[in-house]
Amino acid sequence: MNAAFALIARDVRLAWRHPNEIATILAFFVIAASLFPFGIGPEPQILARVAIGIVWVTALLACLMSLDRLFQAEAEDGSLDLLVGAPAPLELLALAKVAAQWITTALPLIAISPIVATMLHLPAEGYATLLLTLVLGTPGLSLFGGIGAALSVNARRGGALLALIVLPLTVPILIFAVAAVDAAIAGLSPRPHLFLLAGLSVFALTIAPFAMAASLRQAAE
Amino acid sequence: MNWHRFASPSNFKRLSARIFPWAAGGAALCLGYGLYQALFVSPPDYQQGQSVRIMYIHVPAAWMAMFVYANLAFAGAATLVWRHPLAEVAGRAIAPVGAAFTFLCLATGSLWGKPMWGTWWEWDARLTSVLILFFVYLAYMALNNAFDDATRGARASAVLALVGAVNLPIIKFSVDWWNTLHQPASVMRLDGPAIHPSMLWPLLAMAVGYTLLFVVLALVRIQAELIERRLGALVQARLSAGHAQ
Repeated sequence: MNAAFALIARDVRLAWRHPNEIATILAFFVIAASLFPFGIGPEPQILARVAIGIVWVTALLACLMSLDRLFQAEAEDGSLDLLVGAPAPLELLALAKVAAQWITTALPLIAISPIVATMLHLPAEGYATLLLTLVLGTPGLSLFGGIGAALSVNARRGGALLALIVLPLTVPILIFAVAAVDAAIAGLSPRPHLFLLAGLSVFALTIAPFAMAASLRQAAE
Repeated sequence: MNWHRFASPSNFKRLSARIFPWAAGGAALCLGYGLYQALFVSPPDYQQGQSVRIMYIHVPAAWMAMFVYANLAFAGAATLVWRHPLAEVAGRAIAPVGAAFTFLCLATGSLWGKPMWGTWWEWDARLTSVLILFFVYLAYMALNNAFDDATRGARASAVLALVGAVNLPIIKFSVDWWNTLHQPASVMRLDGPAIHPSMLWPLLAMAVGYTLLFVVLALVRIQAELIERRLGALVQARLSAGHAQ
């Protein structure tokens, strides 16, 4: 456990000392989301209808951008071999890497998502549920993304490959997150969708550590 | 029975040489009979008219899309658990076949959907989950080819095949879990098929034909892959021998 917390602390500290990386990802989130009013027209009714989808899809893509380097940096400087050979279980260490990625990328994205949602005229009833879906759903995104990142370590064309692997796996999360906010806006209870969303994240938590550890062991061979 | 016997490429070659003519002949017979029955003999549907004939191409393709994926996941498990060299080759060989069946299923479904539902595409649960299956096939192939070392590609894509297997039950039960446009199962039901024998028999003939066709394609592709690997190894040996002199 100590090793896992040490790894999280190290990654958070690294991110803290290179604020440019997270700033770039946040800027991507805001800019990509603000392209949509130009693409589909600035009418508030249309934007209000699609706002939640735009926020979630662009947040998903922004998360994906940060996953690219999740294990690749370790593979390049050789510390991946140390992680694989460490006495602590690799499943736990991979989970710690993902947790650090979630803290340094998903949390800032969640923090600025209300601003993006405001730009897109999300109806006022949706904000609380939007934050709730992001808090429940992004761990699942990071975990599925961690599987993709571990699989594509040292691959040619890593970034595009990562998107190809991870995006199909994240579709259910997107569906239930958007359905929850749509229900809240329509005045219905978002609870069933939120439970399913949480269930997906828990499911990802049960398979991702093993899938990540298996792929990292192969990468280190 | 010791299944490990079939693990070595030379035993596989002998076995596949024995299966191949039967599978190829059977596939030609079943597909020929099935297509003739489906396109000329079987009656038009009382609601769908002639376009029901697309079903004979579409439904077996959908079954195969899932059946091949199940094979792919099994080959993935064999690659990871037993480090089975033939399973590696098999996964790589059957993935494009499965992707082709999935594409055929999506394309024929779309052609059928336009006159019947009035739309080429509908974001219903069955269609969406099959589309995701197609994407997972694409990701599998991309990941398999993404490494200089073939074994590394095979093992990485094997993990992906196992993770993506979650999608199979979702596809199967999507029509029961969600109230969607796509019709529920009418052949594989506990209380017997809800489809008239004049349509059921051509459909089953097509399904058997598709399966045998898959066997034929898989055998040919695995052989080709084995030969390619052997060629690569020979070239490597020749090069290193030349280097040594």
